[in-house]
Amino acid sequence: MKRKSFGSRLVASPYIVWAAIFIIVPLLIMVYFAFTDQSGSFTLANISMIGKYKKAFGLSILYAACATVITLLLAYPMAYCMTKMKISSQRMILVIVMLPMWMNFLIRTYSWITILANTGLINTFLQKIGLNPVQLINTPGAVILGMVYDFIPYMILPIYTVMSKIDNSLLEAASDLGSNSFSKLRRVILPLSLPGVISGITMVFVPSVSTFYISQKLGGNKTLLIGDAIEFLFNHGPDYYNVASALSLVLMAMILICMAIMNRFTDSDEGGVII
Amino acid sequence: MKKLLVLVLSIIILTMPLSGCEGGYEYFELELLGEYTKELAGTQLNVYNWGEYISDGNYDLMNVNKEFEKLTGIKVNYTTFESNETMYSQLKSGGVSYDIVIPSDYMIERLIKEKMLKKIDTGALSNYKLIDDSYKGLYFDKTEEYSVPFNVGMVGIIYNTKHIKDIEHSWNVLWDSKYKNMSLNFNNPRDAFMTAQMLLGQDLNSTNKSDWDKAAKLLKKQKANLQSYVMDEVYGKMETGEASVAPYYAGDFLTMYETNEDLAFFYPEEGTNIFVDSICIPDSSQNYEAALIYINFLLEPQVALHNAEYIGYASPNTAVINNEEYYYYGNEILYPKQEDMPTVQYYHDIDEEIRKYYEELWLDIKLY
Repeated sequence: MKRKSFGSRLVASPYIVWAAIFIIVPLLIMVYFAFTDQSGSFTLANISMIGKYKKAFGLSILYAACATVITLLLAYPMAYCMTKMKISSQRMILVIVMLPMWMNFLIRTYSWITILANTGLINTFLQKIGLNPVQLINTPGAVILGMVYDFIPYMILPIYTVMSKIDNSLLEAASDLGSNSFSKLRRVILPLSLPGVISGITMVFVPSVSTFYISQKLGGNKTLLIGDAIEFLFNHGPDYYNVASALSLVLMAMILICMAIMNRFTDSDEGGVII
Repeated sequence: MKKLLVLVLSIIILTMPLSGCEGGYEYFELELLGEYTKELAGTQLNVYNWGEYISDGNYDLMNVNKEFEKLTGIKVNYTTFESNETMYSQLKSGGVSYDIVIPSDYMIERLIKEKMLKKIDTGALSNYKLIDDSYKGLYFDKTEEYSVPFNVGMVGIIYNTKHIKDIEHSWNVLWDSKYKNMSLNFNNPRDAFMTAQMLLGQDLNSTNKSDWDKAAKLLKKQKANLQSYVMDEVYGKMETGEASVAPYYAGDFLTMYETNEDLAFFYPEEGTNIFVDSICIPDSSQNYEAALIYINFLLEPQVALHNAEYIGYASPNTAVINNEEYYYYGNEILYPKQEDMPTVQYYHDIDEEIRKYYEELWLDIKLY
């Protein structure tokens, strides 16, 4: 590794200061709250409280896992097709993929209510053509749909980026050596796109597992995911800051463990650092 | 030429909203009972009130604060809060001094207990006699020294007559499996527990933990039947017919009814919760004289009428209740007849141990 020059350190310093103040310090405050009681003395009681939240943890992981699998199944073929298109079409599709991200995700989630509600677009249409309305909103499916919709760009973009860098001569070589399309996909494209997939999975799973609001709006406010539980506790005032911090800490630890497991699937030298 | 046109049009569009709200207000011709002078002109009055809780010049009603400023020359600095608790912590922190606050009953009880209010010399308020006697000397201010009633409200059940023909007039409808996935409940512990406490015939301010346990058990059962927990979203959900049954305030029902006439309302036979929001002068007030004038102004029949029509809750002011031109004159939901009046219970300032206890129970219900 090259030694960093003074100049490069100088350039990096604003961000380092930023990170120290707004990432490291808050993190330490959170750790402090998680391990102290209200009078400020050390305790493990907050951490041991998490048993009470096992349902919220379980549901969060389950929903996030479903959402991640669905986004992957949708995004992978999509990213593959994109790389086969003309450059101008690729650019246009990219804009379309990113377009929803220019709007706040709270509003995007809210708009799903109008679509899924009992008196919403889908059910009104079903009734117009003489069919029975279906219960769409306030179901786990609606929550997962919300996650898929909100986070799918984070799956498409990294996979597309990695795939578009695959050297075409590798594919030609594979064909010359007698590969059919399927084995080309399985033995060349898939392994080479793996870093993109891994990074996509983490970029979808992490926000999904810690999300709040989506389940409040699309799930009827009845099931608390872990993100909702943390928000709920913080909203109930300083009495609950300690437990809420402990929950956040446990959630972070869980995410780190998941990411460590994911990173084992990829050769970290090739894909650079996985987010 | 085209560019010029675009420029002119965009200037018009940009300035339209400005002209709409700035120059548009026309002052009313006030008919006042009290006497108002410009003695305190130039001083400032800090008013701290609930959001949407004073007539602001919309719907052809008066802008109460502007009228007051014109009349007395006192500058009104008006700010709003969203909950009694926010108001309390603002007052407690002492960063800003307010001359007028309008909290609810149980919060006034706490403020008096903590000596955070100034006494109000009701003798100096020529319009105080207009307040209905039944709202004077309530539990939180038995001696009528600290508060002047401003607004009254009761919780009842709103339902959609298109979806429900016959409904039992009981809190039990929130547990009835006939309305599974069609009913809503409050998304805050105190009001949500109230629905169960009423069904159980409990004291809403019970200090007995087992009472709260029983109510919590009932709420867990209710949760399976509910469509969702809501606060302000109740408007949209009831107006569009997304949900069919919801407990909410009578005054808010009347607002929803304006949009959807299929909605109906009743007070459950087990009784319900009543609240009174009253005007108080905080201890930190620096313009006590102006505050008294402001309170008297709010009690003026004409001013109180505009406020009552704007807010839509029941008024404790007899000059409003008995005014035949009042939009809600004789409205039996806001002003039930003596024989139809439900049995009511006030919330009291509950001690911290019990509050924490039911908040934990609420969390259990939500996690359940």
